[in-house]
Amino acid sequence: MSNSLETASHPENLRRVAIDPVSRVEGHGKVTILLDAQNKVQQVRLHIVEFRGFEKFIQGRPYWEVPVMVQRLCGICPVSHNLASSKAMDLIVGAKHLTPTAEKIRRLMHYGQILQSHALHFFHLCSPDLLFGFDSDIAKRNIVGVAAKYPDTARRGVLLRKFGQEVIRHTAGKRIHGTGSIPGGVNKALTLAERDELLADIYQMVEWSRDAVHLIKEMHSQNPALYNSFGAFRANLMSIVGNNGELDLYHGALRGRDANGAVLFDGVDYQNYSGLIEEEVKPWTYMKFPYLKALGQDLGWYRVGPLSRIQNCDSIATPLAEMERREFVAYSAGSLMHAPLAYHWARMIEMLFAAEMIKDLLHDDAILGHELVATGERALEGVGCIEAPRGTLIHHYRVDENDLVTMCNLIVSTTHNNQAMNEAVRQVARYYLSGHEITEGLLNHIEVAIRAFDPCLSCATHALGKMPLQVELLDSEGSTLSTLTRSSEGDLS
Amino acid sequence: MDTPVKRKLKVATTSLAGCFGCHMSLLDIDERLFDLLELVEFDRSPLTDIKHIGTCDIGFIEGGLCNNENVHVLREFRSNCKVLIAVGACAINGGLPAQRNHLALPIILQEVYHTSHGLAAGSDIPNDPELPLPLNKVHPLHEVVKIDYFIPGCPPSGDAIWKVLADLLAGHEPQLGHGLIHYD
Ligand code: SF4
Repeated sequence: MSNSLETASHPENLRRVAIDPVSRVEGHGKVTILLDAQNKVQQVRLHIVEFRGFEKFIQGRPYWEVPVMVQRLCGICPVSHNLASSKAMDLIVGAKHLTPTAEKIRRLMHYGQILQSHALHFFHLCSPDLLFGFDSDIAKRNIVGVAAKYPDTARRGVLLRKFGQEVIRHTAGKRIHGTGSIPGGVNKALTLAERDELLADIYQMVEWSRDAVHLIKEMHSQNPALYNSFGAFRANLMSIVGNNGELDLYHGALRGRDANGAVLFDGVDYQNYSGLIEEEVKPWTYMKFPYLKALGQDLGWYRVGPLSRIQNCDSIATPLAEMERREFVAYSAGSLMHAPLAYHWARMIEMLFAAEMIKDLLHDDAILGHELVATGERALEGVGCIEAPRGTLIHHYRVDENDLVTMCNLIVSTTHNNQAMNEAVRQVARYYLSGHEITEGLLNHIEVAIRAFDPCLSCATHALGKMPLQVELLDSEGSTLSTLTRSSEGDLS
Repeated sequence: MDTPVKRKLKVATTSLAGCFGCHMSLLDIDERLFDLLELVEFDRSPLTDIKHIGTCDIGFIEGGLCNNENVHVLREFRSNCKVLIAVGACAINGGLPAQRNHLALPIILQEVYHTSHGLAAGSDIPNDPELPLPLNKVHPLHEVVKIDYFIPGCPPSGDAIWKVLADLLAGHEPQLGHGLIHYD
């Protein structure tokens, strides 16, 4: 767990190469690489370059607006933000237990979201690297190329995503930025017609999800040397697990393991997350670096997301996904799998789990119920936590007597993975780039490592920066709209 | 006489200060994506690995302007695209990110770094020249360059985006009929 290659000792005379923007991921990021005269890599950084300040402007808003506002952090997994903030607001309105209908509708929405996001990530964004090769022709290395060469694979990806989006539409009212989940419950259940529409397709989706697990498994077995070692580094891991240690992406308690798989902590109520986790700020990125307080900044960073979850849980409740989980665990023979490319395999097992969960929920008549909202004694503070497609997502709010938010703290999935993604790109730079003539294909290797994490870089922007610079914004006629000057001390005027 | 082979139109897309929801809505045309690919070729876009925009027929932009880098990309899109479309609430009026406009940037800066929850001791404000400078307000696109078409919604539906693209590809003025214009 080293920080080498984070900061070059003498950056002055080094050559800078940038990957800007990182593509086929969600959000705004870039990578900079500093090389010496022999092309030896001296420094590699993944920078998150955008600031939006959600945590700040949420303050002063009424709490019931928050679930629909915060989902605008991310258009790929809006449901996760909608649900994490709803769970926090459940506590604010005193709804300690949701009605069965509300809880199941929310779960249905969430598993629809996992299905669509995992399908999008694997088929639309990553499959081109895996099917064509990391340094294949840039003109074909995208979903268009996949559609031309592997039309059946591309079509399944599009239809799996579509199905997940339809589950979301029927539960949340709208495919993107819906309004279904509210403090204390949901505002709509499913109608019979909606349920039957989804039931008509779900069996096909389960089958295609299973095929997708087999596809990625096949890729691993054809090229184990690459898949087991590309960008690999050892790390702690964290996720929530259900009451019985089972995989649960909607609710549970926090569990962490060290790089050998030994349990570091278990059963931690996420209301107490701030006793567990602290965040560090580094000068070169807007994304913070969380770590386990008990282990400190250097040793306490960890990995979240599918690769952590599949190895952190003790079992999966749905039969097909459980079979695949066992095979995954057996593959690395008792030790943890640390290879970033194994994220894809774990991700496809989760997609299968999501499809099976949707199938079970569609057969549960509670989703047609009429009791939608619970209430109780008002509280002034609440933490909501959920396993978003990309990993653990924490929303923390305080609300005053006038119903206005006074404090908001968000730790999004990608932020938890900040150090891990930086480690992965440094490993790749060390083994593939260092000492070579840098080509586009080699640079794509760096992006392949980042993509494995399925980062949501736009979720991860809470901070503000400073550097000596002046910006003048001109309108289309050339007159000044605004100017902003920042001194090297960071003062803005 | 030979029938002229219709060349594919070039389309570039980018997300500025947006959440990618408008790009997701573009993908919400579902299977029609394959029909679209018969007619267009993607240039710079989060869906391809082309990092610099070339000469294009249509530019599709989600998100407003929150930093100097956004402004730079917008100007590049304007000078390379025949038709520029502002997609979604953020591009049209700043959207949700513009909620920060009533707060003074230096105050947000101070608050985030002095009172933020759960920060390690000694954490300081990022100050690396690799990071773009945030603008003091979030601006809509049309304040900075000429925009040819606006598609409202947060995000506009896949059907609305499809209709606009299909009209443009067929050489018509885009028309959003009943049910396709909405603002949420
Ligand atoms: S308009 Fe809405 S969906 Fe589109 S980028 Fe902005 S917040 Fe996201």
